[in-house]
Amino acid sequence: MTEFEESGLDPKALEVTRRQILRSLGGGILVFALAPDILAFAQRGGQRPTIPQEVDAWVHIGTDGRIGVMTGKVEVGQNARTMLTQAAAEELLVPPESIHLTMGDTDLVPFDMGTFGSRTTPTMVPQIRKAAAAAREALLGLAAAKWGVDRASLKLEQGRVTTADGKRSASYGELARGQKLETPISDDTPLTPISDWRTLGTSLPKIGARDIVTGKHTYASDLSRPGMLYAKVLRAPSFGATLESLNTQDAEAIAGVKVFRDGSFVAVAAPRLRDAERALEMLKARWSEKPQPSNKELFALLTEGAEKQALPAGAHMTLQGRYTAEFIAHAPLETRAALAEWDGKKLTVHTGTQRPFGVRGEVASALGIPEAQVRVLVPDTGSGYGGKHSGDAAVEAARIAKALGVPIKLVWTRREEFTHAYVRPAGVVEIASGVDAGGKLDHWQFDNYNSGGAGLGCPYGVADPRVEHHERESPLRQGSYRALATTFNNFSRETHMDELAHALGLDPLEFRLRNLSEPRLRAVLEAAAKGIGWGGAKPPKGRGFGIACGTDKGSVVASAVEVEVDSAIRVLRIVNAFECGKILNPDHLKSQVDGGILMGLGGALFERVEFANGRILSDGFSKYRVPRFSDMPPMETLLLDRPDLPSVGGGETPIIALAPAIGNAVFAATGKRLRDLPLTL
Amino acid sequence: MEEPLLSLTVNGLAREVRAAGDTSLLEVLRNDLGLTGTKYGCGEGACGACVVLVDGAAKRACVTPASEVVGKTITTIEGLAQGDRLHPLQEAFLDEGAMQCGYCVPGMIMSAAGLLGKNPNPSEPQILEAMEGNVCRCCGYPRMLKAIHRAARAMEARK
Repeated sequence: MTEFEESGLDPKALEVTRRQILRSLGGGILVFALAPDILAFAQRGGQRPTIPQEVDAWVHIGTDGRIGVMTGKVEVGQNARTMLTQAAAEELLVPPESIHLTMGDTDLVPFDMGTFGSRTTPTMVPQIRKAAAAAREALLGLAAAKWGVDRASLKLEQGRVTTADGKRSASYGELARGQKLETPISDDTPLTPISDWRTLGTSLPKIGARDIVTGKHTYASDLSRPGMLYAKVLRAPSFGATLESLNTQDAEAIAGVKVFRDGSFVAVAAPRLRDAERALEMLKARWSEKPQPSNKELFALLTEGAEKQALPAGAHMTLQGRYTAEFIAHAPLETRAALAEWDGKKLTVHTGTQRPFGVRGEVASALGIPEAQVRVLVPDTGSGYGGKHSGDAAVEAARIAKALGVPIKLVWTRREEFTHAYVRPAGVVEIASGVDAGGKLDHWQFDNYNSGGAGLGCPYGVADPRVEHHERESPLRQGSYRALATTFNNFSRETHMDELAHALGLDPLEFRLRNLSEPRLRAVLEAAAKGIGWGGAKPPKGRGFGIACGTDKGSVVASAVEVEVDSAIRVLRIVNAFECGKILNPDHLKSQVDGGILMGLGGALFERVEFANGRILSDGFSKYRVPRFSDMPPMETLLLDRPDLPSVGGGETPIIALAPAIGNAVFAATGKRLRDLPLTL
Repeated sequence: MEEPLLSLTVNGLAREVRAAGDTSLLEVLRNDLGLTGTKYGCGEGACGACVVLVDGAAKRACVTPASEVVGKTITTIEGLAQGDRLHPLQEAFLDEGAMQCGYCVPGMIMSAAGLLGKNPNPSEPQILEAMEGNVCRCCGYPRMLKAIHRAARAMEARK
């Protein structure tokens, strides 16, 4: 088995894709960007990489001058479309509006694992830059050969190549005409140095923004086709319930309604949504349910059989702490939605997902057809936050569409989204620590139950730390979430650090700095502390300051807050300092950081999936509280630009330090230590 | 029994839709009239994604029966601009970069339009109160707040 096969790629499917792409593109210049690991693999094997399995981006200069860039990444509000367009425009020295970026169409773009893990900035931006730079070099080579001049003397400006004397000039399209040039990128291709950047590093406004404010942008949930039926799926009342009996007579009596059943998967479809909704209500289903856990036994369940942590003998001071986090929901405002069409040979589905190729696999396997017969297209989507890795709606719509032979539109209701989408894992963290007489950590044991292994490592200097993630069977369907388990692991760690500082009689900032050698983390911590006025005048009674920091996916963050506590926790002010290397689009980065912080406010203060006996009770925005306008405190965000460091993603890490900063501030204000998320007095 | 024919005025055009009286205005706008700029977010009037103007007032289309708005003037996000000339709120949302995924934006703009229609110069607490029912899961609230202030100033200046 090759590494490609292990990665889940279907080479046959991709061969078809390649032919389609080359046919659809016609002539011109095509540049392939190879994924670094695959390039290395190919080089190890001493073979020329074959195309396109190993390609993770394309740049194409058409004979009409059109510049096409294709990537498997998708746009879910993080402004990847804008940033990747900037990357291509920068290296080709063209205005961003000259770039046509195709995203997340599995028939047209190279394979991509998905849009998650803050990977677009550190991996796709460099790949597209290299591919665009290679295209630029190819254009220069063509012009130099055509005119018999030294390529170093040529100038590039606004999509044209011009000789030094200005006498000869050709557009990219003219140069590409008559060419059928395919070239892979190489690491030798020179990239534009930061000092010469004109597009990257600037706050290019969001591409497609005008269509959003006018309501023209079509999300997957806005699409329709002639003859399309709206579908609704029969849902089990609780987790693990099995369908005992079903009577579809009344539903089928409604004009135009069709019922589809395949085992326990039951759906109704009708030309009008309201008729499908009514038909769903008319289905008479009897379910067999079994007893299931509830919130109240959750943490005991997750730590069943856990080994008791041992404290070190002879330490100057030791401390143990137990921290918990409830399940929370992503609740993307656009619910899961899909439009599926079957033409007798191929299933085409438009859907909002972060993993178009993953969903292609899910659909193919659900239908029992090869992946080559499935095309997934992802319109710019109404957010995900890690919640749209799966293709639930796409698979359901595809099954119905193939069976009924008509286009099927399926949009999950908010209730379905809350009760059937996966949730962020709940968890328990236990920490046992020791500190020496100099206030330095000398023992660290950290056990995470169920919530996940991301952000498990201790950024503070301690010899021989023991950290472990213990997998548990979850009572709810759980999955990825913005920053994964780092938010809860960091909450536990940073709360514990605050407890240690107070137990030692040390200032929490001073205690952290004493144990922290990582200069980038120190820099954001000090910036946030300065911003909030740490160590200044003592706050009035009932108020307090709190601080926390953390690192994940190569970026660093610190949050400092001031709170007021009476019958509730009120966040009066937030200061964040964030650093993710060289900033590529300052305005969009700030938007991501501020959004992440405010989203984190929900998980910190009030978000909690309520469930009992296998039923999720918090099944609407009226029962699941998310941050709203009035929750927004005054907020200052400090972005530390580091042109000397590679750019990494900024959509996730900013969320991880807020909850512990608030909890620590509540302790400073009241003396009450909060160890559970959401924080409750 | 045949469903009644409902006569609606949407974005200045007379439209007729056959729908049972309890059919939501949201369903009629999106699926009968193809005006998909108005979004489904929750179906219980708790997120504001579906806000439209009914006789100038912000209204949640998902919990408004279509039969209730017969004879009234309905404006959706598609009808807010005058030709190519954007409404000051649309301009302001662009100028402030007040969107991430953008799914909540039509509802945000229509809620704000309802507010500015009855109160051209709202205070910050008045804006927060009027917008409390609109959810942005990307949490772009700070920029949206700024955009609404900016639009109010722009509308004042246009007078």
